[in-house]
Amino acid sequence: MERHTTDSRVKGVSTGTTILAVKFRGGVLIGSDSRASIGGSYVASRVINKLIQVHDRIFCCIAGSLADAQAVTRAAKFQLSFHSVQMDSPPLVKAAASVLRELCYSNKEELQAGFITAGWDKKKGPQVYTVSLGGMLLSLPFTIGGSGSTYIYGYVDAKYKADMSREECLQFATNALALAMGRDNVSGGIIHLVVITEEGAEHIVIPGDKLPKFHDQ
Amino acid sequence: MALSYILETPCPGFNFENSTRNTVLDGLLSGGKSKTPSPLKTGTTIAGVVCEGGVVLGADTRATSSEVVADKMCAKIHYIAPNIYCCGAGTAADTEKTTELLASNLSIFSLNSGRNPRVVMAAQIVQDMLFRYHGQIGANLILGGVDCAGGHLYTIGPYGDMDKVPYLAMGSGDLAAMAILEDGFKPNMELESAKKLVRDAIHSGIMSDLGSGNNVDICVITRQGVDYIRPYEESVYKDKRYRRYKYKAGTSAVLTERVIPLEVVEETVQSMDTA
Repeated sequence: MERHTTDSRVKGVSTGTTILAVKFRGGVLIGSDSRASIGGSYVASRVINKLIQVHDRIFCCIAGSLADAQAVTRAAKFQLSFHSVQMDSPPLVKAAASVLRELCYSNKEELQAGFITAGWDKKKGPQVYTVSLGGMLLSLPFTIGGSGSTYIYGYVDAKYKADMSREECLQFATNALALAMGRDNVSGGIIHLVVITEEGAEHIVIPGDKLPKFHDQ
Repeated sequence: MALSYILETPCPGFNFENSTRNTVLDGLLSGGKSKTPSPLKTGTTIAGVVCEGGVVLGADTRATSSEVVADKMCAKIHYIAPNIYCCGAGTAADTEKTTELLASNLSIFSLNSGRNPRVVMAAQIVQDMLFRYHGQIGANLILGGVDCAGGHLYTIGPYGDMDKVPYLAMGSGDLAAMAILEDGFKPNMELESAKKLVRDAIHSGIMSDLGSGNNVDICVITRQGVDYIRPYEESVYKDKRYRRYKYKAGTSAVLTERVIPLEVVEETVQSMDTA
């Protein structure tokens, strides 16, 4: 994942953040922390939800300038719902990621927002896509993003296994987020997780005192 | 030439034509060691709390222009719709005009649809507008109101970021006010306790922040209606006038008087068909 811009250059409220998405057996899990900061020193919100539902089984998580990310996801939500009415079927996850990519690439001068899109569709099942700041689109088995992600590359590379079960995946994601939140000052708060499968989407919240503790706590 | 009399309908929205001229002027004037007057900022404390049955908004009443208090009884809680009010922090002109634009748009909506607007609609319209101006409009808003889905409180920043929150403080006194809110807030508070909490938060902003001061305004919005209490509490430092500043009629002597009768030359009456 590309190196995130320093918070001091992001206009207004930024979600200096840790976000991730992981494919597991039968579904996909997307998760984030909950901190929004201004200028890297003031926490504007300690319970913000960065997991935005763009369609029934497609979620995206946001990083970068909060204003830009909200504007882009609103436009994407509208375009996807119109698209799904036209096609008379739920949109593909790739379509959602493409819409976000188009918006990010065409407006790359003005926007400062990156996304991870994850979801389930009938054609390819669970999928994870990442759309970077400049509008690059990549499909991956799992991906991490945001300023806090730099601290957990080693952990996720070592611990990720293909085809995990739902419980293993939940534990993996929770540990990764907790480790990043412990080291990155602009990530923190609570953990938001959404598990998306064929049946639907389930939102799980892990409050601060229930986060996994490591050797130094 | 006749061209100067063609009516030009102004383009909708804001007009930033003068911004380049202003920066040039600024450079010229600073070279000549004089300062352009700084825009009126409401160094401010505003707060809002969602309680049982509605929303309570509060604000101080000081408007500053650099170090001078320009207005001691500035109204920072603006009317948006019968069920929605908005507190504004930042540049006074920007918050005034943004809220006026929003109010007029929503009143057109109300006339068309026959119902009061929902708070989320007002919030999204403002978010959209502020995002389009990329932070050039210095308006930090707390939008609160009650609609069919209950009481809501939204914060909208100058860049167009929006968040829905149960309690909030903004402005230069927000750290002081937020401390009080974090300590005293409970979900589903009773209306009277919520009013007291907001008053305490604004009071702490007034005491601890140089840009906030004077009186406390409170606006209570419920399903039944709106109670805009202005002022809710007056400043303890209100100065006393020791003299009367009214002058009796005849204090200024009239030296000469000339009456010019206006002759009606022609009168036409055109009745309007109001059926």
